[in-house]
Amino acid sequence: MAVSLQSRVTVIWAGLIVATGLSWQFGHGFGFREKFHYATAAILIITFVKIRFVFLDFMELRTAPWPLRMAFEVWAIAACVTLLGLYSLGV
Amino acid sequence: MSSTYEVTDSAKPHLPGESGVWMFIIGDVLIFSLLFSVFVYDRSQEVALFIEQQQLLNQTFGLVNTLLLLTSSWLVALAVHGARTGHLSQARGCFVLAILGGIGFVVIKYFEWSEKLTADLTIETNNFFMYYYLMTGIHLMHMFIGIGVLVFLWQCVRDAEFNTQGMGVLESGACFWHLVDILWIALFALLYLMR
Repeated sequence: MAVSLQSRVTVIWAGLIVATGLSWQFGHGFGFREKFHYATAAILIITFVKIRFVFLDFMELRTAPWPLRMAFEVWAIAACVTLLGLYSLGV
Repeated sequence: MSSTYEVTDSAKPHLPGESGVWMFIIGDVLIFSLLFSVFVYDRSQEVALFIEQQQLLNQTFGLVNTLLLLTSSWLVALAVHGARTGHLSQARGCFVLAILGGIGFVVIKYFEWSEKLTADLTIETNNFFMYYYLMTGIHLMHMFIGIGVLVFLWQCVRDAEFNTQGMGVLESGACFWHLVDILWIALFALLYLMR
């Protein structure tokens, strides 16, 4: 299991790097042409998915007592939804 | 190896670090959530201004800093794992590289702020730059504390007597560094990418 845990964080890190590149592309018009608000929604969702994986795998909440893990899972969803809602006020 | 222990999916629940550190992390996350919300709300009231001013940021600096912090955070996770499994030389090496990543972030931030201040873009220029300096400034304070914490953790694993009794301290410090990473992940999206 020692190797698998180490491999897991490395796979997560690679995923985070790829997700950052994807967000960067969306932030520069890739895939959404002039529909910037869709690109921003995608960027925010990707951001909180990245944050969730840092919580679970780098901060080891995956193996933490469930109330603590749930608190951060709920926070990530609530923060993402709140920011999307506030962003939509300006669209 | 008797001086090691494992945290796996099948193991019983394990709180990484001290409970006090988690109280701090929860408080910090909530304060930043409020700050992020106020920023996005104010942005919605002045969308054109925020988009125009965002173009003045150096996007490359933002991207490189994000990659540096993600990598530094990964190295700290590897360092904790190395210390836990008795591979102290791996832990020491990873902590050193993580510290260098943190210093690299600060150096880039110095150049970024210098560039802005030289162009007369200050905290008083407009609301966008007020939030820019406020949020990246608070984050920078976290960076300085975090680098100090990493140096302390590096010294812990340099001690030949280090054993799993010290894992709580190591995990606490590591979680703080990951928090610094998380805050930047959000700041990068809000300040540099969203349109």
